[in-house]
Amino acid sequence: MSTPALDAALAPNAPAAASADAAAATGRTRTAAGLRRWAVRLGSLAVVVALWQWLTTADARLGLRFDRLPSPAEVATEFGRQLGTRIYYLDLAQSMIRILTGFALAAVAGIALGVLVARSRWIGDLLLPPVEVVRPIPAIALVPIAILVFPTDEQGIVFITFAAAFFPIMVSTRHAVRALPTLWEDAVRTMGGGRAHVLWNVVLPGTLPGVFGGLSVGMGVAWICVISAEMISGEFGVGYRTWHAYTVVDYPAVLVGMASIGVLGWVTSASIELLGRRLTRWLPRGEGTAR
Amino acid sequence: MSARAAGSAVETARADAGLAIRLEGVSLGYGRQAVLEDLHLDIAPGEVLVIVGPSGSGKSTVLRAIAGLLAPRAGRVLAEGVPVTGPSPDRAMVFQDDALLPWRTVRRNVELPLRIRGVPRRERGTAAASWIARVGLAGCEDRLPRELSGGMRQRVQLARSLAGAPRAVLMDEPFGALDAQTRAGMQRLLLDVLRDTLATVVFVTHDVDEALLLADRVVVLGQGGGQGGGYGGIGCVLRVPDPRTPDIDRAGLRARIIEEL
Repeated sequence: MSTPALDAALAPNAPAAASADAAAATGRTRTAAGLRRWAVRLGSLAVVVALWQWLTTADARLGLRFDRLPSPAEVATEFGRQLGTRIYYLDLAQSMIRILTGFALAAVAGIALGVLVARSRWIGDLLLPPVEVVRPIPAIALVPIAILVFPTDEQGIVFITFAAAFFPIMVSTRHAVRALPTLWEDAVRTMGGGRAHVLWNVVLPGTLPGVFGGLSVGMGVAWICVISAEMISGEFGVGYRTWHAYTVVDYPAVLVGMASIGVLGWVTSASIELLGRRLTRWLPRGEGTAR
Repeated sequence: MSARAAGSAVETARADAGLAIRLEGVSLGYGRQAVLEDLHLDIAPGEVLVIVGPSGSGKSTVLRAIAGLLAPRAGRVLAEGVPVTGPSPDRAMVFQDDALLPWRTVRRNVELPLRIRGVPRRERGTAAASWIARVGLAGCEDRLPRELSGGMRQRVQLARSLAGAPRAVLMDEPFGALDAQTRAGMQRLLLDVLRDTLATVVFVTHDVDEALLLADRVVVLGQGGGQGGGYGGIGCVLRVPDPRTPDIDRAGLRARIIEEL
């Protein structure tokens, strides 16, 4: 659901000099079509919630037992209650700090290492073997090691988040650097540009589209892992709170936790997506074909 | 020798004078595959030398060696008597197509060689603006390469390569991807721009008429490697009388080049 929503948000200011006039001419019909599409999207969401409400209040048992599932109304009430507590915001902030720290470290390290191993055969031979051995291990399976090695739980959770996001970012960067046409590099070198110029003026901007692919995937797995790690070893955070609610059989609170995770994940992924589009406006993509 | 080349010979002391380029027994190839063997060529300061040859004859390979992008397997490339070991801003290159950095606007592409050389921002802006105007693209400074036609992109490349005030301009089929009409316009623009520069020009093309239009001298490259393991080499070097003068009948020279090809 996130992508179409973003498309609609971006459509009005999508730049394309050539088709600007055409866009102005069809602006009115476009707005009408946009409204209709929004109505369909919201309607779809409303139908799902209504179905959920009906199944739970009617205590439906159709193979699946909906009679014990909290209804949307109960969840909404619980959500309203939690919004009035300080602990809810503390949990959100705690999870956000963890994921942003881990993700930022992973982005810096993943892009740096991806560029290094793709540009230098020697560094590739030196660093890739251990990386390739560790890569298939799911980050969440590193939790026991993180608990053992890091002095505080907090560092362990950030480490797990880092490990989750690092590999997709590093691998995408590596592939993007390898796939870069040599022509641009030749051009900068014939202007007298050295390694630093090539890196700054060609490699980094030229690989951005691929790198952002890695950042999007990285953000997704980072959320999976930060929540899981919080469930296992946290004292705060949305994941910890959700698991805690489960242990005391407070299902409305579990669902509030799930919804909070969903919203946070959507906001962070959409931010990455938006930033990526802004930075890669130069890509030859037409207004209508924006993915 | 043309007036232009003779003029520059007098002024060799000037920093922006054309570069003398010399190939001494140069062999070129990629990997184990030899493309050209034992090339000898002297390019005079300020002259326009056009290399013609069929595809696969190694025209572009020679240009890459002069640019310093490809190290010779044997022999030496000399620029002003100094062996070429790598690219230098003295030897600017214009590529066939798509060599503009697509994430940079026209202005920022043209400014790039100046920026690499550490020219202050304000001077960069002035020089870039004047070159953009010179190639007829004033008003397009803030467009991205994808918003330009093929001909306009090559104009930007021309401006970019000349903005760095190089002493030699190496052009690798710069108009090869353009339609005939655009190409004729670009050739006129190039002649116009070259009139004011002292830089040596090495121009690669497969179009004989283009060669005759631009050149002081034409180098014809023979059929390159591939079948029979024969290597390409310089077939002949022909001087163009009264170069870049319109309305001269060059049918004889043209026939001669086509025969050599």
